[in-house]
Amino acid sequence: MTIDGSVSPSGAVAPARSPAPTSTSSRATRILGTVALVGTAALVVFGLWITPPDAQLGETIRILYMHVPTVSAAYVAFIITAVASVAYLWKRTEFWDLLAASSAEIGVLFFALTIFNGMLWGRITWGVFWRWEPRLTTTTVLFLTYLGYLAVRRVPTSTRTRGTVSAVIGILAVVNIPITHKAVDWWRGLHQEKTIFGTVDPEMQGTQLFTAYLGLTVFLVLFAWLLIHRFRLAWLTERAEEQGLDAAIAERRAEGSLS
Amino acid sequence: MIRDAALVASKDLRLEWRGRVGLGQVLPFALLCVLLFAFALDPDRGVLQRATSGLFWMIVLFAAVLVVQRSFSVEGEDGVLDALRLSGLAPASVYLGKVAAIVVQLLALEALLLVAVAVLYDTTLRGWGLLLGTVLLATLGIAGAGATYGVVGLRLQGAETLLPLLLLPLLAPVLIGATRAGDVALGRSAGPGWPWAAMLGIFAVVYVSLGAILFRPLMEDL
Amino acid sequence: MAPAPVVHLRGAVALVDRFPALAGVDLDVGAGEVVLVRGANGAGKTTLLRTCAGLLPVTAGDATVLGVDLARTPAAVRRRVGLLGHATFLYADLTVSENVRFWARASGATQEDGRAALDRLGVPSRLHHLAVRSLSTGQRRRVSFATMVARRPELWLLDEPHAGLDAEGRDLVDGLVAEAAGSGATVLFASHELDRAERVAHRIVTLAGGVVQSDERDAGGRDAGLRSDW
Repeated sequence: MTIDGSVSPSGAVAPARSPAPTSTSSRATRILGTVALVGTAALVVFGLWITPPDAQLGETIRILYMHVPTVSAAYVAFIITAVASVAYLWKRTEFWDLLAASSAEIGVLFFALTIFNGMLWGRITWGVFWRWEPRLTTTTVLFLTYLGYLAVRRVPTSTRTRGTVSAVIGILAVVNIPITHKAVDWWRGLHQEKTIFGTVDPEMQGTQLFTAYLGLTVFLVLFAWLLIHRFRLAWLTERAEEQGLDAAIAERRAEGSLS
Repeated sequence: MIRDAALVASKDLRLEWRGRVGLGQVLPFALLCVLLFAFALDPDRGVLQRATSGLFWMIVLFAAVLVVQRSFSVEGEDGVLDALRLSGLAPASVYLGKVAAIVVQLLALEALLLVAVAVLYDTTLRGWGLLLGTVLLATLGIAGAGATYGVVGLRLQGAETLLPLLLLPLLAPVLIGATRAGDVALGRSAGPGWPWAAMLGIFAVVYVSLGAILFRPLMEDL
Repeated sequence: MAPAPVVHLRGAVALVDRFPALAGVDLDVGAGEVVLVRGANGAGKTTLLRTCAGLLPVTAGDATVLGVDLARTPAAVRRRVGLLGHATFLYADLTVSENVRFWARASGATQEDGRAALDRLGVPSRLHHLAVRSLSTGQRRRVSFATMVARRPELWLLDEPHAGLDAEGRDLVDGLVAEAAGSGATVLFASHELDRAERVAHRIVTLAGGVVQSDERDAGGRDAGLRSDW
């Protein structure tokens, strides 16, 4: 359950007496963070300078080195959210609830990036920011679905209610991903657009292929790094609220002894 | 389970009949939408005729949000939801009962709406087999997803405004499928319509099953 | 006391939204007992009853009701208790008999149970076909009580059962409570009508600040005068 050795984020087993961590970083995250930083720098160098322009896509292929990784990381994030949601309904421990929420938040961030750089690519390739290209359309629908998930988490209610409701939404939303994909694909089936997706694998070679994989790796590391920090922040927030709760219980009991 | 679902569904329909919210408020709203689309889209250029199927389903989705909201707001009154949780009813029965009642209400609404768009948008209704299949399957999918989110909206106090944000993106495939199948049925576009209806069927089966399973945590733990 | 108490709470904490309405309650209630829960507004009476009904999860401490662990499976106790709350638990647009029929069938009782309960609560048959919306507060209260009685609960949880009732109705409630206890059911009730309530109760538990402040066994009726001005 623990993400690394130094902090035990599982609410159920966390010893209350251990000194409260005052930051969300640990050796593991510092290493991950360093790898992500160095990787990003390398990706910039490879993506913008070392790789040659593409035969078909020209210079716009450089957007791909970021676009494909962000969308992949977002899908990984939503699958984690769904798995954690199922686990929450099963185990009822805070760990799964917070993991689901943290992962969804970063997924939404990566989806926003995907849509943004997809639009930039569109501006260059099609001359307009938006066309109803199937992948981009699907991404936007799913982006809105997960905005709903995050909105639900902000409604003030008990932790258990919030956990249950958002777990249900996390599950329904992930099931909707393949259905939306299929529906949008068929819908746009008659209007073949030049697409930013699906052009990655076939012809890529040498530094292009290397950069594509480098991008994927870098963004997955970045995702893991953000996820751990976000999770620990959520966990610490719960601990802070718990301390508030202890105080509230003491205050509540005092109310009784006064009368 | 079927017996309990029928109990809930008949209670819902009786309540609906007493309150006449569907008939008195949602249906007029749907008809109003028919007019508003005509104002927005210029009736003289054939846009309405060409877009009949899409506009029809847009209106159905909006109306469905209202029907779902109403269907759960009656459970919110005077502690009734607590009473449901205390009763021996299985959550899946409550869910299926609610879905059935929503389906009946939406079908009634769709029948009248279909007449309205046929007359006002000058659209000849045909392709009845596909049309009816589409209406039934899409409605089941809408009600299946709607009932699950309806109870979510009910439990999160002051968050009724969340229902459209949660429900409509999920129903995007239904809108696409039902619109395309409707286009084929009405002869607006070529190509087979049944694959779209099949997609609607899959959506309905998936979301009704998920709803029946997930209604238990939603009802028990709040 | 009976070997397995019907209600067993040890340091039970229950949150309403994030407020600790119960801040560590210790309480044991045996089978057949009639316990009056009293306390000022906001002392936690309603929360205590709702927690015992399995409607609120217990977040800390031990809580067992009718042998069910409330911290783990609060839902399992629900169909075995009867809760009379501030809300009527009735559909305002349905008639009295429709409501009673629905709730009786929903909780596994028969239509006849529902009808008998209505008679027991003195709801005249001329009201049966009126919508609940058009009834007075006291009449609604009786119908609400009838839907609860029809389920034959093992544990009665009554939140202000006398509120809104006329003198005859209050006597009726007292009679039902005594009858239920006589037939082996356990009753936990909150009331501000202390004179009346203390005559019925075997035991008086006072809540304050979400904890039990005092617990007087077999106090019913004897020193009611001392407390009536509380």
